[in-house]
Order: sequence, then structure tokens, then C-alpha cells
Amino acid sequence: MEAKKLNLTLQIWRQKNSKSVGSFVEYKVQVSPDASFLEMLDEINNELEAKDQEAIHFESDCREGICGTCGLVINGRPHGPLQKIATCQLHMRNFKDGETIWVEPFRAKAFPVIKDLMVDRSGFDKILQAGGYVSVNTGGVPDANSIPIAKDQASLAMDAAACIGCGACVAACKNASAVLFVSAKVSQYALLPQGQPERYRRVERMVKVMDELGFGSCTNTYACEAECPKGISVSNIARMNREYVLAKVKSKEIVD
Amino acid sequence: MTKLDSKIPAGHISEKWTNHKFNMKLVNPANKRKFEIIVVGTGLAGASAAASLGELGYKVKAFTFHDSARRAHSISAQGGINASKNYQNDGDSTYRLFYDTVKGGDFRSREANVYRLAEVSGNIIDQCVAQGVPFAREYGGVLDNRSFGGAQVSRTFYARGQTGQQLLLGAVSALNRQIDNGSVKLFTRREMLDLVIVDGAAKGIVCRNLLTGEIEKYSAHAVVLATGGYANVFFLSTNAMNCNATAIWRAHKRGAYFANPCFTQIHPTCLPLHGDSQSKLTLMSESLRNDGRVWVSKKKGDMRNPNDIPEDERDYYLERKYPSFGNLSPRDISSRAAKEVCDEGRGVKGGHAVYLDFRDAINRLGKHVIEERYGNLFEIYETITGEHPYEYPMMIYPAPHYTMGGLWVDYNLMSNVPGLFILGEANFSDHGANRLGASALMQGLADGYFVIPYTMGNYLAGDKPTFVNTDHPEFDKVANGVRDLTNKLLSIKGKRTVDDIHKHLGRIMWNKVGMARNEKGLKEAVDEIRELKTEFWKNVTIPGSGDDVNQTLERAGRLVDYFELGELMAIDALDRNESCGGHFREEYQFEDGEAKRNDEKYSYVSAWEFTGENKWILHKEPLEFEYVKPAIRSYK
Amino acid sequence: MGWVFKFINSSIGKKFMMALTGSFLLIFLVIHLIGNLTLFFGADAFNAYVLTLDAIKPLIRIIEIVLLAAFVIHILNGTRLWISNKKAKGQRNQINGSPQNSDVFSRTMFLTGSIIFIFLVIHLGTFFWRFNVSDPMGFADEHQYYNMVVYFFNIWWYAVLYVIAMVLLGYHLNHGFQSAFQTFGWNHKKYTPWIKKIGTIYAIIMALGFAAMPLYFLLGGGN
Repeated sequence: MEAKKLNLTLQIWRQKNSKSVGSFVEYKVQVSPDASFLEMLDEINNELEAKDQEAIHFESDCREGICGTCGLVINGRPHGPLQKIATCQLHMRNFKDGETIWVEPFRAKAFPVIKDLMVDRSGFDKILQAGGYVSVNTGGVPDANSIPIAKDQASLAMDAAACIGCGACVAACKNASAVLFVSAKVSQYALLPQGQPERYRRVERMVKVMDELGFGSCTNTYACEAECPKGISVSNIARMNREYVLAKVKSKEIVD
Repeated sequence: MTKLDSKIPAGHISEKWTNHKFNMKLVNPANKRKFEIIVVGTGLAGASAAASLGELGYKVKAFTFHDSARRAHSISAQGGINASKNYQNDGDSTYRLFYDTVKGGDFRSREANVYRLAEVSGNIIDQCVAQGVPFAREYGGVLDNRSFGGAQVSRTFYARGQTGQQLLLGAVSALNRQIDNGSVKLFTRREMLDLVIVDGAAKGIVCRNLLTGEIEKYSAHAVVLATGGYANVFFLSTNAMNCNATAIWRAHKRGAYFANPCFTQIHPTCLPLHGDSQSKLTLMSESLRNDGRVWVSKKKGDMRNPNDIPEDERDYYLERKYPSFGNLSPRDISSRAAKEVCDEGRGVKGGHAVYLDFRDAINRLGKHVIEERYGNLFEIYETITGEHPYEYPMMIYPAPHYTMGGLWVDYNLMSNVPGLFILGEANFSDHGANRLGASALMQGLADGYFVIPYTMGNYLAGDKPTFVNTDHPEFDKVANGVRDLTNKLLSIKGKRTVDDIHKHLGRIMWNKVGMARNEKGLKEAVDEIRELKTEFWKNVTIPGSGDDVNQTLERAGRLVDYFELGELMAIDALDRNESCGGHFREEYQFEDGEAKRNDEKYSYVSAWEFTGENKWILHKEPLEFEYVKPAIRSYK
Repeated sequence: MGWVFKFINSSIGKKFMMALTGSFLLIFLVIHLIGNLTLFFGADAFNAYVLTLDAIKPLIRIIEIVLLAAFVIHILNGTRLWISNKKAKGQRNQINGSPQNSDVFSRTMFLTGSIIFIFLVIHLGTFFWRFNVSDPMGFADEHQYYNMVVYFFNIWWYAVLYVIAMVLLGYHLNHGFQSAFQTFGWNHKKYTPWIKKIGTIYAIIMALGFAAMPLYFLLGGGN
């Protein structure tokens, strides 16, 4: 089971805090091809800590690609060179012996760096808190089967709902646009009968907060879809555009 | 000593909750605004509780150490959520779900709690659908169900392999709504480091702001902990990296009893270790065992490629030992059997893994059928291991997955400390000694949506707790204690890293307090853990400072609690001279290796009171089974 | 009316305006190309075409005003988007991974658009100005429109400039065509692949069609 170790040179972004200026620091490592990318960083950190040096700060939690906590830009690509996986699912066997790997945080004005490779993605929650929900209280809801939903419609809603909120779409976008994330939530509810009562108010408010937070504007490069660990489709963006224009034209409520 | 009062309402089991809801005291709608409630944790239980309490009008402060409520580990649950809707017309009922859960828990759970869980299970599904959770559906537009272990009916609702994610996002959306309208204030990146008790009742918490390092004090009329389980005491588990026991452990040290700490679930189908740098273990769905055959070589240390090992030199040990259940034997039994063959040296290439082989299924059904059933799981496996399960058998090994134990709670989910409520995996109440698949999600949401909103009102209206401001001297005392602990950790400046010591602890726990335990090993474990703890306090190194983001310091703080918790787990396992569910004592087994429960002596909940370093007092809550009579679980 | 301004200043509204004006320009290009194809049928055909347009001057003026508005909005709005998007991104990555996740057409819209704008100024200065305002060389006065075109396209660097601009126009249109559909919210599993193909064919036809004219004359056609 033991495979030959890889010799790698890592150029890792180190930044003390949000106010300081960061730079790349070089680390030479020997790593098993079976290790995951984050386990390699764990190993480096263990060595650094043993020498009483501060660990390279990065975030991760479930390490199964579902919590959306991790996210590094590896050789210029959010979550690394493979498609449809999160950083935690990337394994070292995908790299060549002797390679130099550049590791950076997600870059966007709306995602300021906190420390090293950690960024602040709280903007995403602010958007969701502006209507990314169905207004029902606990209790007092109809039986789960009282409203039939077509299988393909439910499936499309699930495709959108699969978003893990990692922010790779923003990092991949040259404009740091958050529309893939926002549209996934808007779409999930727009596709389901439960989302209809607040359909217009929701999209108007969410887009407004998204704009206020300083995310960029979509220019349809579709880099977001290509880098999304869950393969969220840009058709959701089209749906949100449509919902938004319809909301502006049809809704009797004026949301400012 | 406090006598444990489980406060189970009188009456027939099917009427207990209904009667109790009527008998509980209510808070006038206009008065709810005057009550403040702290909810720690934003997983299924925490988010649903915070949202529901916020909807009622209470002023809620919710806390998570994550950057977002949505990151809580409930998100990783795959399979589904049970509910006795009986949509399939296959004979399901509240009573049957109740029965299955009590039996699945090996008769070590509290009947009344489990019945209530089954009773509200249907409401959970209604609630989630109304929130826009995209459950799987049939062509006719109604909800689809699948079947799961431990049940003979199809009652599991699911959203692809991401049910936990969808339920959590539903609960978090409800939470977000309350944040939007101002009834809930969410504090992210705050780790609860202590509980504040004034005049015997829980009045607040002390947190570390993980960004600034500041020690912050928060007060409320009541405190709800929904902070999950403690399987990370093993270092390697299927839990997320940051799952920890600190919140419940520090509450325990402030007086809350810890119940059944030794009841841990080891899941049989996880990916094996690849090396020392491994950070966590990945669960592969149990459904794989429907078509995969589990085997090892008959020879010790067989280094051959598995496809070169001829049929007559393979030992399909589950089929051999449990002919009627075979590869589908329950979790605890399959896990132990895997450990046994590996301990004999017959694991994959002499190591800690067994094969899960699809060769026969592929030959019988064709590759396309297997691909249809398990394609996505095979892909995950390939991503992680780089091996193709169609050509090369999968390798699996058991891993710690869930902890049935937790802080002791009464029927109202309140601990023995007034005003301190415990929800979800963090409490002990519903799963006994073993949890059935698809029941964890059910319990988390039942607690949060449908239990705490009622029982919290009862406490606030009945006990009329006072509000204590954070400038109360007790708050300062606790906060200073937290600061001292941080400073002490940072001042050690030794040689060993936090992870190194944690891995060491994990090995002790896994080898001696893991799948199979015995008196000698458990006693050794207690000593070794104490020794390691001493070494930690002398020789750990934590670089960086306390007034900044410092992930090493965060991990160290959690490890401090794992020493004590690990020790208590061993002590609890030593006390329980029987085998039941996830707790297997080698001394107590039938000749064929089956678990030997001792209902006469051990039909109780072990509730441990912390009385000082390395000292606990055991309180016993006797368990009475009026409706489901204890019987032997046999899977032959 | 406040909501209208709020809409067109929102991130989606800005995109919507790009798509709306862009779509109008897409249609204009088709008409422009069809009209100019008369160049290949000789002097009489082309001059007659220009004179026909002259005959319906009032209508043409209205269209020209709308066209001007479309261009101005498209250009100013595009520039505004580009600036705000640069700001939203902030610091860029050390390694540019974008070639692996998106196509070059979509990433270079501002660049291709800017060059097309420079071309547009030259183009209008050469033909629109001389046709409509004043022509020091006197071609327009004598309705020798065809000869004027031949004259300019026989200047090699001028013809080459045209060809380069038209290639970039093709790049711009290839993305712009399908992008407009996406922005309007028309993305469908069944039809979007067709729209993308039609967009590419459209872009090639436009680029080839317009580039054919300077090339034709430069290589001695029409003599």
C-alpha cells in the first residue's frame, strides 16, 4: 500500500492578518501520493509547530466535500486542477514528482483575507439572510404530500440546492461575481411551489444585498460552473436573471 | 446528592407527550420578548431550536465556531431521515418506529423519549417540505422512501445522498429568517469555552472570539447546548475536523451529568487508513453491503494482489459466522468481526483493512446494474484512493462515527442544571447503546423543532428564572478562568505538537476503549490517558498568540477536554460489566461471540457527576421497559 | 420611475442593458452586411444602394439616433462594468488558471470591444463623415461612393486594419450572441447548445462577410 513519495515545492501565501501585506513562502515537502492536499498541509503544520513556528492557517471541516469550509486556489484554480471536487477531496497523486505548486486564498474584494489562506465569506450569509428562505413557522404546515411536485422539477431544485456555499464560484470569476451562489438559492425556491409566495420579493432583496456587498457583475464566462465542486449549472443564473427582471416589471411591491 | 428525576409524565405512553404539552406552563406572547435564550451550535438541533424559539418571540443568541451556521457537521449526513408516515402502506406506525428504535438501541434508552421522537417524526417531514427541502419524489409527485437497516418498513426520506445537507440548509434558512427579522442574533466564529452558573442555574456562557482571541461573556435566562458528539476523542473518526466535546465537557465540569459516555458507534464501512498523515476517516454508505461481499485471506500477512487470491483461500467471514444476515449484519457486529480478522493478521496485506468485493455481483448482475446502484459511491472511492472498485475490490475498515452518550437530560431535555438544555447528539436520550441509521437527523430536528419550544416555555414560566447581567462577578470569575487556561496553554512551550499528542490519545482510545473492551485494557487506558495528560501539560507546544486567529490553540483547548472525557469513557466502560450495542466487553459474550447484555444489573443510565480532577460519582437512572420487553438480539 | 433607474443600475440590470443594446447591434450588423454586399455587384449597385438610403433620409436619421444610443449605452455601460468588476476582484491570483475554466472569447470582451471601438471611430470618420458631412476628396459630392470605398481599401494598411478589426468583432460576437440569451434568462438544456452554435456561425459570417470587402478590393477585385 505504500507508494513512492513525491518531492514537491510549495509556494504558499502567508499573511499575518487582514491588514498586513502577504507574500509567498516556499516549503519543500515529501508527501505520500495517497495523502490528501490538506493532509499534506497538516503535515507541514505539524513540522512548523514542532519548531515553534505558527501553522499555516487554512479552513476545513468535514473533509468529505460537503460542508464547504475548505477552499484554496491551487495553481490558479479554486479547489485545484480536478473538476467537481472540493479542496479536501484532492489527493496528491494528481501531482507530479518535482512539481512546484502555488497555493493562494480565494481572491475577491468581498472575501477579505483573514489570515494566510483563510478568507471571510460571511457575505454569503448576509445574502441568504435577505430572503433565502420560505417564511413558514414551525408547526402549522400542511402534510408533506399535500402538494405534489413533479419528479423532474424536484430534481432540478435539488441540483440547485446542492450548493455547498464554498465560494469557489466567486474565486473563479474574474469579476468576483456571486451570481452562481445566489442564483442557486433563488432557483431552488423558484422551482418549488413552496417558494412561490415570496418569489419576487426574495430575488429582489437577495440581489440588492449581493450588489451592496461589492461582488462583481456576471459577464457569462461560466468559469464558476467549471470550478463548482457540485457542478451547479449556469442555467440557474439565467433563471435568476429572468426572475429578477420579472420581479422588477411585475411585482407591485417596490423593494429598494 | 441530587436524585435523578427524569420527569417522565404519567399515563399511557401514547398520551404522555400530549398530556405533558397541555400541562406545561406557557409564556404569554407579550412576555416572550423579555426572555433571552442562548443556543450554542447551529447544526440540525441548534439551528432548528434557535429558529423555532425565535419564531415564538424569544430573544435568541445563537453561537457557532464556524464562519457560517451552515457548516455544522449535520451537513455530512448522507442516507436519510426516518419518519413513521406510513406513506408506503407497509404497516408503519408511531408504535413501530418507537419499537424499532428501542430495540435497535439494545434496550438502553428511555422509552418515553423514544416514543415522543417517533410521534413527532412525521411533523418533521411536513416542516422540511414546507421550508423547500427538495426531498426525492416519485413520478406522481409524492415523496419517495427507501429502506434502512434495523427496520422492515420503508420509512426513510432522503434527498439524494445529501439528506443531512438539505435538512440543515432548511433549518438554517429558518434561522436566517429569524436573523433577518431580528429575533435571533447569530454570533459566528465564537467557541463556547465555559458555562456560567449563578445560584445553581445556567445563566450564560463564556466564548472565545476565534478571530480576535477576545474572551466574551453572554448572559441569558436559559442556555441550550446543541454541540454534537465527541467521536473525535479517537482522533480518527468520521466526524468533521472541528467537531469537539468542549462545550458539553465544560458544562459537565460545572455540574451537568454526563450519561453513558462509553456508548460509541463504530461504523463498519469506512475507508481504511493510508498512512500516518491521515486526518480523518471517510464513511462509505452502508448500502454497499447489499451487493458487496466482505472477505480477507485465510493466510496471515498475505501480500498477494486480491485478484490473485483464489476462491478457496478467501474467508468470507461474515457469511461464515452469520449465515442468515451475512454481509448485512448490523453495524456493531460487522465492525467487531473486521477487527478480529485484522488482529489475527489476516487483514489486507497484513494491515487494517478488509475487502468489500463486487466481483460476484458484477458477474451476476452486470456492470451496468452495479454502476446504476453505486456509481457515485464508486466515484468517491476512486477520488480518494485512486483505485477502481470495478476491477479491484474496495478496502474498508470500521471507524468511530457517532456517540450515543452525552449530557444527561430529563424528559424536557433539561440537564440536572436548571436552565441548561441539551439537544441532539450532545444529549444521551434517544438511541440507547446503539443508533439506527437515519435516526440521528430525526432526533436532532425533533429536539429543535418540536420539543424545546414547549419545554423551554415551561421552564421560563414555571421556574421564573432571573436574568443575570454579564457584569455579575461570577461571569468575571469564569471568564478569568478561561483566560488563565489559554495563557497556561501558551506558556508550556514544549516539544510535542497538539496533533501528535491527540493521535497518541486516539491510539489509546481505539485500542483499549474502541470496538472491543476488556477490564485489563480499560484500566491500562485510564493510566495511560492520565500519563499522556500529564505529558501534555508539560510538553505541548502551541506557537502563536492568544489574541489572534490561532487554530493550534483551538485544537489544544479541545484536546484538554478529550483527556478527561476519554478517561471517563474508560471508567464508564469498566463500570458496565455487560455487552450492549456499541459497548462490547470481551468478558461478556456468548460462546459464539454475541454480546451478552445483563438487564438485571445494568438496565440503567450511567450519569456521571464530576467532583474534581479524575474523580466522578456515578448516579443511576433505572430504565423501565413497560412497552417493549427486552429480548436478545440475534442475527444468525 | 425610481425603480427603473435602480433596475438599470443593479448588477443584473447593467448586464440586461448590455444584452439589450447588444442584441440591437447584432440585428443592425445583419442589415449593414446585407446592404454592403452590393459592393460585390459593382459600382452601380452600391451607389444605387447608397442613394436609396439617401432617399429615405428622415427614417434613416431616426434609426441612426437609436443606433447611436445603443452604441453609447453599450460602450459606456461596458466600461463601467469593467471598472467595477476590476474593483470587485481586487488582487488577482499569482497563477492565472482561467484558460482551464473559461474560453478566451468570454474573458476578452472588454479588450475586443475597446479595439472595435477604436475601429468604429476610424470607420465612421472615413465613411460616415464623408458620405454625410464633407468629403475633401470629392467622391461623395459626385455620388462616387463605390470609388471611395475602392480607394480606401486599396490602401494596404487600412485594409489590414479592417480585417483585424473584423476578426476581433467575430470574437466579440461569438460570446455576445449567446451571452445575450443567458442574460435575458433564456437558458434551456435543449436549446442553449443550438444557440451557442448559431452564435458561432453568426459571428463567423459577420467577420468573414465584412472582412471580405477590404480583402476583395485589396487583392484587386472590382477593377
